[in-house]
Amino acid sequence: MSMWMKFRRGQVSSLVASFFLVVLLIVTASPSADALPAFARKYGLRCSACHESWPMLNYFGQKFKDNGYQLMNDRDAPIWQSPGYWPVTFRMTPIWHRVSTGKVLVDTYSAGNATPTGSTIQRITTSGFDLSGLDFHTGGTLEKNFSFYLLPSSDPTGAFHFESVFARLDNLFGTPWLNVKMGKFELDNLLSEKRILTLTGNGGIYQIYHFIPVGDGNIFGQMGDNQLGVEVMGHSWDDRTRYSASLLSSNDGTSQLPYGNAYTGFFTASQAFDTGRAGVQRIGGYAMIGEAPTTWLTSGGASSYILGSGIGNKGFSREGFFGQFYFGQHIDLQVVTQHGQDSAWFGQGYGDVIDGVSSVNNTTGTTLPAGSRAPTWNGVLFEPHYVYSPQLIFIGRYETIRMSQQSTPGTPTNLGNISTYTVGYRYNPFMTSRAGFAWHNEYNWLHQDGTGPTLGLSNPNINTSEVLIGFDFDF
Amino acid sequence: MRTRLRRWSLVLSAAALLSFPLASWAQLTMYDIDKRIDMESHVGNITGHAKDGKADYRRYCVVCHGPLGDGNGESFPWVDPKPRDFQLGVFKCRSTPTGTLPTDEDLFDTIARGLDRSNMPQWSTFTKQQRADLVAWVKHFSPRWATEKPGTPIQIPPEPEVTADRIRAGRDVFARVQCWKCHGVLGQANGPSAATLTDDLGRPIAAFNFTEGARPKCGDTDRDIYRIFMTGLDGTPMPSYADNIKPDEAWDLVFYLRTLMSQHSKEKEMAKQLNLKPVDPNAPAGQQ
Repeated sequence: MSMWMKFRRGQVSSLVASFFLVVLLIVTASPSADALPAFARKYGLRCSACHESWPMLNYFGQKFKDNGYQLMNDRDAPIWQSPGYWPVTFRMTPIWHRVSTGKVLVDTYSAGNATPTGSTIQRITTSGFDLSGLDFHTGGTLEKNFSFYLLPSSDPTGAFHFESVFARLDNLFGTPWLNVKMGKFELDNLLSEKRILTLTGNGGIYQIYHFIPVGDGNIFGQMGDNQLGVEVMGHSWDDRTRYSASLLSSNDGTSQLPYGNAYTGFFTASQAFDTGRAGVQRIGGYAMIGEAPTTWLTSGGASSYILGSGIGNKGFSREGFFGQFYFGQHIDLQVVTQHGQDSAWFGQGYGDVIDGVSSVNNTTGTTLPAGSRAPTWNGVLFEPHYVYSPQLIFIGRYETIRMSQQSTPGTPTNLGNISTYTVGYRYNPFMTSRAGFAWHNEYNWLHQDGTGPTLGLSNPNINTSEVLIGFDFDF
Repeated sequence: MRTRLRRWSLVLSAAALLSFPLASWAQLTMYDIDKRIDMESHVGNITGHAKDGKADYRRYCVVCHGPLGDGNGESFPWVDPKPRDFQLGVFKCRSTPTGTLPTDEDLFDTIARGLDRSNMPQWSTFTKQQRADLVAWVKHFSPRWATEKPGTPIQIPPEPEVTADRIRAGRDVFARVQCWKCHGVLGQANGPSAATLTDDLGRPIAAFNFTEGARPKCGDTDRDIYRIFMTGLDGTPMPSYADNIKPDEAWDLVFYLRTLMSQHSKEKEMAKQLNLKPVDPNAPAGQQ
């Protein structure tokens, strides 16, 4: 064996040993989980009571949320609190990340020439320190069985918008089966994207909640975005059985009615089962069925669209199953499936002209190209967790979305297909009722078929990856 | 003067030495507690194991009840009523006579039901196995379970039909055993003794206000209310009336207490029709 090989073997052994040492140190240095949860200042509970790992809810936290941020123990009304109590949390995340995007179209220059003389395709890799936006959460009860949530959120430059705003009437007629909220809110996705445990650009969302076929003009069916509307939901006393039904404006959560008079329904139902030592298992289904405009009135020219004038509504749907499976106190698996379909009109690019997603208008006499079909697709998401303790969680995720029918005949069947995986861990060295802090490490890889620049290539694929290290904190 | 000082020093030293074993009894160490890690609970056909309840206790309970189960968790200063000290093995909600240990089912039910008007929520999301494991974990904190058996649950006769006579008779029982002294004649927790109540550890405690719409801590069915005053709430000023109230009279009292509660009930309707007056503390015995 050469000296070099011996050196390499020694180096690899050292690296492996170091890795396990670091893991061992993290695991053994995790103190007993002496932490407090959000709302702990009000209820004296720890973070881990409601969060599998902050911010992801566990079953008890979901019940707390379903009760309108109430424990239902007669201490829910704010009158029980010290007058100085202010139910507010700030959250922000300074990070370092390295983003690598394959197949970017780049101009080329010949010597001494200031104008591009050609193009090439190359990978772009960027790294550096960065910031998330600031989330300013405030929520709780206005009175017993009157709850609210308000979340002004900023981008990294400090420009704010209302991410979530709603008021909720809880336990109407004294029953948990009837609760009504109105405003802008997250849809009743039990695998909540707003409480996602990952932070990278592609891994920080659930792709399955946002998928839009290539060339499709429908932005309105994004289950992951907070939506404007009204929701009726109910649940059993122990939250084993849940249902919800929402009526939403088809505007993807954008206020001021920029699109038109179209509505979407979102429905979920689920049942949980006690399986002894394994835990509580939950299975359920969801359906999002809606309409959105494809025709826009204009004033002063073909591209001068009148806000709110959308008509010519066409349909879309997303439906699937979800499961939350627990295998004892440390391991769980979250699963979501989806079958999606958009009207052929959306598939042909009609839809959101206001934001420039679509550039075509379904005006009088417009016809679809011959053979146009409704694009359809199927997707599945698996997210396993290993919860060493409430302070240390290892996260994995695999998502894949496959087109089953392209809108235009002859389009490659795999155009737009997505596969992505994410791995990471979050370590909370402490948790208190006053603040939370997570040391966050994550890697994401995403592959999409046929969406790269076509410089001499036929439907090239794109791979992007991102590694992220950060401090995720709230107080 | 010097002799007197020396004498006092000796007395204080002796007192300190004598109190040492008492202090160590009052504050068990993790070492003492871990000796009982094999503690089990039995609820129906489920067997709970203390060691399997440890993780859930750390996740959900330790913040109030503390790592040693002595009720001295980090939220202790902020919550009222104060968290239960499991080391004492004294529990409010029991089906067993006063002074005895509760059954495993009693603790099992308390975990899921929670304790209204306290910071103890309803942990109804747990599996039955989780609750049984937590019961075993709670038991392992107290040496009482190593030396004593739980009491035998009291017998509760079938609930009779509500009648006007029974409601009137219940009012007489309310007057006779002087419930009004703490709970007030209208059940508003404003009786003459209400302001002086303390628990066994000397901490102020409020009597139950029947009129607020709150649920009684140990359950709100008629059987639960029957059980509460026949077993007492150990650790609090609420005694057991098992020696003072006959079973049939106990049902009468349950019906009368329903008339004081703000929740709608058949008893409340009947009391309205009867134009039932509150008890008169000054009335001669038996002449309400």
